[in-house]
Amino acid sequence: MTQKNPVSQHTLSVYVANKPGVLSRIAQTFARRGYNIESLVVSSGRNEQFSRMTIGVSGDPDMLEQIIKQLMKLIDVVHCIDHTFDDSVVKELGLVKMLCSPQERSEALQIAEHFGCKTVDLTKTSMILMITGSSQKIDALMEVLSKFEVIELVRTGKVVMARGDSTT
Amino acid sequence: MTTPELDGAQALLKCLDKEGIEIIFGYSGGAVLPIFDALETLETNIKFVLVRHEQGAVHMADGYARSTGKPACVLVTSGPGAANTISGILTAHMDSVPMIVITGQQVTWMLGKDAFQEADILGISMPIVKHSYLVKETNEIPRIASEAFYIATTGRPGPVLIDIPKDISQGPFTGSMDQPMDLPGYKPESAFDIDHEAIKQIAAALKLSTRPLILAGHGAVLAHAERELLQFAETLNAPVTGTLLGKGVFPESHALALGMPGMHGTAYANKALVEADLIIAIGSRFDDRIIGQADKFGRNATIIHIDIDPAELNKMIKVDFQCIGDAKAILAELNQHISRLDSDPWIEHLDQYKQKYPLSYQVHGGLKMQHVLDELYDLTDGKAIMATDVGQHQMWAAQFYKCDKPWQWLTSGGAGTMGFGFPAAIGAQLGCPDDVVVAVVGDGGFQMTLFELSTAVLEKLPIIILVLNNHYLGMVRQWQELFFDNRESGVDLDGNPDCVKLAEAYGATGYNLKRAADVRKILSKALAHKGGPVLINAEVVKTSNVFPMIPAGAALEDMLIEPPKTKLAKPTGST
Repeated sequence: MTQKNPVSQHTLSVYVANKPGVLSRIAQTFARRGYNIESLVVSSGRNEQFSRMTIGVSGDPDMLEQIIKQLMKLIDVVHCIDHTFDDSVVKELGLVKMLCSPQERSEALQIAEHFGCKTVDLTKTSMILMITGSSQKIDALMEVLSKFEVIELVRTGKVVMARGDSTT
Repeated sequence: MTTPELDGAQALLKCLDKEGIEIIFGYSGGAVLPIFDALETLETNIKFVLVRHEQGAVHMADGYARSTGKPACVLVTSGPGAANTISGILTAHMDSVPMIVITGQQVTWMLGKDAFQEADILGISMPIVKHSYLVKETNEIPRIASEAFYIATTGRPGPVLIDIPKDISQGPFTGSMDQPMDLPGYKPESAFDIDHEAIKQIAAALKLSTRPLILAGHGAVLAHAERELLQFAETLNAPVTGTLLGKGVFPESHALALGMPGMHGTAYANKALVEADLIIAIGSRFDDRIIGQADKFGRNATIIHIDIDPAELNKMIKVDFQCIGDAKAILAELNQHISRLDSDPWIEHLDQYKQKYPLSYQVHGGLKMQHVLDELYDLTDGKAIMATDVGQHQMWAAQFYKCDKPWQWLTSGGAGTMGFGFPAAIGAQLGCPDDVVVAVVGDGGFQMTLFELSTAVLEKLPIIILVLNNHYLGMVRQWQELFFDNRESGVDLDGNPDCVKLAEAYGATGYNLKRAADVRKILSKALAHKGGPVLINAEVVKTSNVFPMIPAGAALEDMLIEPPKTKLAKPTGST
């Protein structure tokens, strides 16, 4: 296609044989077309012979359709589903480390409680909050925490699961 | 101590034998010593052909597969041996050619340690193979071999690479020779589950057409759909244009045939693509050199796409109707739902184009490539297996050597790999010993793989090597003339060897062809030659250009039928 379509965000679930090199093959499929994988979660599935990958990517929908078809052509890919427009559960986990004096602590903990965070590390000068939820929720927490001195943020990237009895 | 009956290398060769491999093209080296030794110690039906460079081995396996429909095997050592196969693998991958490439590898405990002749060939080849394996257990060899064959030859075919560390091929084999495949993500049999609803929709769309056009590609060849295609075209009364790789799947001498479409296709095929009200592509991937400017392609036509690869649908152009699957199975079903269209005026209209814009050349004014190819067509009755290289000679061969059968036209289409033609002809002659095999090559491409003259002479292959020698990289020179103010840059092949002496140095026969008047005489002499390769060095005019031509990325209606009178803008589309 010569025309450019508007960019959109997609969450792909890729179910693959748990073999060496699979991740390379998948990453190449994106890289060859100039696409950047924004988030990637890989872990073994319920059956250890398979792995589940959740890939967050944004781009032209026509090109993404092409990438999905190319992924499905890979011999080690069992299936690849774009869950962007499905009714599915999409969650992410984030760890936020910030500097926090005893004076600031109660306000920080109040914010943490509001977002349902857990305090997983606490020192005289710093704390680590753990948040789970949608990516937007983590973005919102970071916005509110901007008044504090956040020194590190680690996000797992999205994981996705289809609702009801349909499979991911 | 009891020694096992087989080692890994022997088990591997037994598997290849069981899969029906007739020929291994290869080159030895340290990491494949156990496998080469097994070629001597094990009784099989496999013939080994020693090449002179690994790229040659891959092109030979390619030519063998494209002419016989069967896969061949390539066997090379690790490191540089494996790396030298890359352009050959790319060529096969781009054109969907089945083959098994076996590369030796350093011992497993040295992997990643930059050991002697170690190369990450799995990583290097990953984007250009259908699939690949690094064998880590000797006992897994039978499963991997049968999976590799299954993957290479089913669905949309392609090359499969097996990388075998030396300790694995040398290690004792204690497993079962009969192991089930484990491919949960690969279901090529679904190509035969035809979508009946899609067939009905396509049949209904066809009924509305009065200016239909069939675009037949390599997929139709690979599916062996020639009979169904002939019935389809004749029943509908629809003209057929065959792509560069689809040549011969519909007989090119048939009244409904329009020849090749695209950049250097016939004027009438391209005009048909512009004027058709319906285009049905069967096993063609709408290559950029066929469609030109994508958003202008088929603007006024209903476009139907039949392909075995779902990733080809809506890749280059949006289509109105599609059906995924095997071309033969789909056409067989579609043929039950079609009837003759009211297309006689359309056929007559296209016949007028054929009269008005025939492919032609001047016999006088120096020796022309077209003249040599035209006479070759006549003298061989259009029945030779034609392996071409890449460039002007390739396009003229496609225009002038009409093919009435699939599997007789071997050319590097997608990759456009120079050096392909001659080794591909060797592979074809080994696979089809009773056929006349011609390698049509330019002086540029021939010099990239000419060392395989040794292989051809050793194997006593009666290949006709037709070097269409203009002492130029002619196609690039043509572009420089048309689009870069005739500034020649890096295209003059001054310093070419004397090809006849070269052939003789290898123990082959060579003839010079310099005058148009001698074309038939020299070609006949070469065709009568037996017992080994014969080279014809045809000294053709230096600066001739291929027309028709659609500048890259331009719309099909902007086709140049003859040399332009004004300066052309540089093409901005694809290459």
